[in-house]
Amino acid sequence: MRYCEQEVGDVIPAAFDYLRPHTTDEAFAQLQQYGSEARVLAGGQSLIPAMRFRLARPAILVDINSLTELANLRISDHMLAVGAIARDSDIERAPWIGERRWSLIHDASRVVADPVVRQMGTVVGSLCHNDPSGDWTAVALASRARVVIRGKAGIRRVPIDDFLVDSFATAVGDGEMALGAEFPVPDDRTAGSYQKVERKVGDFATAAAAVQVSLNADGTIRAAGVALSAAGACAVRVNAAEQLLTGQKPSAELIRATSNAAWERSAPQADLRGTVEFKKHLAGALVARGLRQALARLGVQA
Amino acid sequence: MKVHVTINGVNYEKDVEPRTLLAYFLREDCGLTGTHVGCDTSSCGCCVVVMDGSRAVKSCSMFAVQADGHEILTVEGLAANGKLHALQQGFWDQHGLQCGYCTPGMLLTSYALLKHQPNPSEADIREGLAGNLCRCTGYQNIVKAVQQAAGTLGQPAVSNA
Repeated sequence: MRYCEQEVGDVIPAAFDYLRPHTTDEAFAQLQQYGSEARVLAGGQSLIPAMRFRLARPAILVDINSLTELANLRISDHMLAVGAIARDSDIERAPWIGERRWSLIHDASRVVADPVVRQMGTVVGSLCHNDPSGDWTAVALASRARVVIRGKAGIRRVPIDDFLVDSFATAVGDGEMALGAEFPVPDDRTAGSYQKVERKVGDFATAAAAVQVSLNADGTIRAAGVALSAAGACAVRVNAAEQLLTGQKPSAELIRATSNAAWERSAPQADLRGTVEFKKHLAGALVARGLRQALARLGVQA
Repeated sequence: MKVHVTINGVNYEKDVEPRTLLAYFLREDCGLTGTHVGCDTSSCGCCVVVMDGSRAVKSCSMFAVQADGHEILTVEGLAANGKLHALQQGFWDQHGLQCGYCTPGMLLTSYALLKHQPNPSEADIREGLAGNLCRCTGYQNIVKAVQQAAGTLGQPAVSNA
């Protein structure tokens, strides 16, 4: 055992102080007090394994799991509000999740990690963790979500493009707290698709594409969201693809051009999951596949 | 830090370091070694227990202090009055295990699954167990075992009166 630990490192986290606030105000005060020493513990499904490998060594954990006011999953004012401790499985089981307009989020909710991890893991925690190969970050980009952050100056809403700063880095500063995420409610001529290639259930994406399309009454594309995961330092929006799609009538040629734009935008790292060439190929292929599926869900063959 | 955890209906009050993982708390502090540790990094599902009646959690990726004030169900708590739980009986009848190492996790994940989906399809069961690895059975008999249990639990209870 000792030998093992020396060879591969401990799998027991470094010691830390544990705080369990009972209100958001209390949690925020603790985070303000301890600043960079403290980390928020939500689902813990990325943080705890990282602590076990000593990739993360926070001195203080602020466990927000008792803050039931942050467990909400509520649709109002054209926004889906996802509280900081709403679980992935809450999304998967939401009564409205089967509606076509939510198909991007529905798809993703079924392939994040594995079904047991999803019962603890949270959407907002995943956004804050900002793993380059995470799922919710790409979904949030394609959905044009924003994150609600409480800081010293009060509460601010940060568009996801500004929120994702770099690998494992976000707009949440030391002493601040992400309270939730807000996804605009898509109109009823909207559908999406989440396409992920993974080596096994529960693995991070080798490549993934999040696509959402809204149609005008005349069948042209009113708005499009296209984003990639495992394609750079963090999830990326494929601006060129969105521009190509907007205002156009869906066609095989348009999908090909969009797919090429995704191939160009993808800047993955080679690792055990695949080469750069392979992952770029997947990015293009998955965007095309996602677009075709989103359009098929809207009754359009292209 | 003091924690109070109800495990299989029994109250445990222990003093633990915050970094103690729930799996080790169950095994080493409470002596409940039915919860197995496989990969130790939330990939294999051997260590799954049920929290608060219907949520399956990987106890290797949760701290014992997070279970403070909660109810935990482990494999030791499945059988009642000397009678195997329908899931345990299903695994027995359908040969849902060989070495048995993954079985506690399989049972508890299935327990939570059936709480949410009392009549799961074969696909629901396969998807629901996708976070639990078994290297012996090829899964076929595990799926049959859960199907049998769903059938048994779906029957109206037999009155003892």
